[in-house]
Amino acid sequence: MYAQMVKTEAAQDDPEKLAAFQARIDAGEKIEPKDWMPAAYRKTLIRQIGQHAHSEIVGQLPEGNWITRAPTLERKAILLAKVQDEAGHGLYLYCAAETLGVSRDELTEMLLDGRMKYSSIFNYPTLNWSDIGAVGWLVDGAAIINQVPLQRTSFGPYSRAMIRVCKEESFHARQGFDAIRKMAEGTPEQKKMAQDSVNRLWFPALMMFGPSDKDSVHSEQSMAWKIKMNTNDELRQKFVDQTVPQIEFLGLDLPDPGTKWNEERGHYDYTDPDWSEFFDVIKGNGPCNVDRLAARNKAWDDGEWVREGLMAHAKKKAAAKIAAE
Amino acid sequence: MKNEWPLWEVFIRGQHGMSHRHVGSLHAPDAEMAIKNARDVYTRRNEGLSIWVVEANHIAASSPSDKGPLYEPSESKVYRHPTFFDIPDEVGAM
Amino acid sequence: MTRDEAFLQFLLRMGDNTLVLGHRVSEWCGHSPVLEEDIALANTALDLIGQTQFWLGLAGEVQGEGKSADDIAFLRDVWDFRNLLLVEMPNGDFGQTLMRQFLFDAWHSIQLGRLMKSSDDRVAAIAEKASKEVTYHLERSADTVVGLGDGTEESHRRMQEALDYLWPYVGEMFQADDVDAEMAAAGIAPDPASLRDEYDTLIGRILANATLTIPDSSFGHKGGRTGKMHTEHLGHLLTQMQWLQRAYPGANW
Repeated sequence: MYAQMVKTEAAQDDPEKLAAFQARIDAGEKIEPKDWMPAAYRKTLIRQIGQHAHSEIVGQLPEGNWITRAPTLERKAILLAKVQDEAGHGLYLYCAAETLGVSRDELTEMLLDGRMKYSSIFNYPTLNWSDIGAVGWLVDGAAIINQVPLQRTSFGPYSRAMIRVCKEESFHARQGFDAIRKMAEGTPEQKKMAQDSVNRLWFPALMMFGPSDKDSVHSEQSMAWKIKMNTNDELRQKFVDQTVPQIEFLGLDLPDPGTKWNEERGHYDYTDPDWSEFFDVIKGNGPCNVDRLAARNKAWDDGEWVREGLMAHAKKKAAAKIAAE
Repeated sequence: MKNEWPLWEVFIRGQHGMSHRHVGSLHAPDAEMAIKNARDVYTRRNEGLSIWVVEANHIAASSPSDKGPLYEPSESKVYRHPTFFDIPDEVGAM
Repeated sequence: MTRDEAFLQFLLRMGDNTLVLGHRVSEWCGHSPVLEEDIALANTALDLIGQTQFWLGLAGEVQGEGKSADDIAFLRDVWDFRNLLLVEMPNGDFGQTLMRQFLFDAWHSIQLGRLMKSSDDRVAAIAEKASKEVTYHLERSADTVVGLGDGTEESHRRMQEALDYLWPYVGEMFQADDVDAEMAAAGIAPDPASLRDEYDTLIGRILANATLTIPDSSFGHKGGRTGKMHTEHLGHLLTQMQWLQRAYPGANW
């Protein structure tokens, strides 16, 4: 069905319908699944929501990596609940994408064979316990900045999914900050772990907002359609401004020596991440790309007999019920 | 893919609620498992609430914006999943 | 053995069961066959970890050496663990995990039902809270065992293999020793053997619905709940679980 849609997209949309569609969006109306929409709008949304859902699912892996090694029962429970939330967020988002006419299994297949992407941040490893704090605080912190404006996005199901996700996401950032704070204020070894995490994850977190505006291809149309609400650089600046004082509060060194308050702009100046690394990771050359996809493929393949088995039982039960009536 | 679990819409009435509200969707092989999954996914298993599930393709939905001929609803199968629709309280109370 | 010594052993048995099984189930997080199951398994693990905090917390209190639940969970070696061998068995495939869960849930729900009438108020209170959670665990694991047992040829075969593999670990749940005699005499906990009939009826019904055959052998491995001889698997589990606490003693997390 996805392939079919891509094909129909080639057909020109009626300009009159397009104008009326744009007028609805400009008036702040929500677009619902049964409404007419341009093929490109549908396609862009499927890609964006699908990618977002995949990110939640693959995002379970780096944090899940530490569930069995969490240092206390409480930390274990918090981390487990958090990673479980990611699965929930993936589920909500897949459902939102499904309203556009693509099934969850189809989206999953596209993730597994590499046709669809997920956020590059999850191709970085979690190497010490403090990374769990840093991921919650920095990565979820960046995600929240990306997601809060999307609660107002023009597509109704996506907007509603984001409202639900954002509600749960603030718990994630808070638990992360709390965990890394314990480390930063702990023994010298713990502090070393905390510094190591921030140093390693800072630039990958900055990359989460996407390439610089001057290199961002799809931005303009997506902004007009309110699929994207702010530019990449706006959001990245917001993240830097919000996070730098938090690093200072923790008593950790700033990972970017180029960080400086700019009185004139009223913002922090910062060093751009290494965009060649960013594009390398997207191409599949990040530290964990291969392992992440292999883990997802294994879970899916190993689980096939379970999905088939439970479905077969459900069908037998339904048939028996009909026979009895 | 050949045997994808069907999609279900989930409606929940909370402890003090008067009617069931749509909370989201999920996949399950049958209604019983859909109710259990709903409990795990959407309620984190608070006691004393009531869950309805209905297979998504059994829901008939109005077109959300009946404003004019330009937006006439398509009955194409592409739109078969009315997930995440806000269902009015009155509907839940029926 | 004093009553407090026996009581401590009993609490460790309850808490180590939930600790070790909660750990095992949490290993699935992010790797389950389908999203809904991933979320459900995490809920089960979360419940078990929560119950561990109660049981081991009370164990620390009864022991009176100022140890927290975390101290007990993270700073004991294999020989101090008192969990059933069943719960330390590896996850295997999803079928083996769910079969292990079902065989344990069935016992756990009956045990907690009895403990709700414990002469010790603290035990009764923990049991009452845990019982609500475990009733649901049992409902869910039983449904899944039935669904997979009765599903496809492959799922049936896998479930039967899981049952055959785990069956020799069922008997340990009903073996009694001095600790149990002391607990029964004090009205704190039931004699384990007294749970067997109810257990057999329950699992007999579910496994029949699942079209699975209970193995003929009544042989049972033992040594977990007494701590005399665990499987090799527990040590590996502990090396992961306890690593940070062991590598950085005295740190706050």
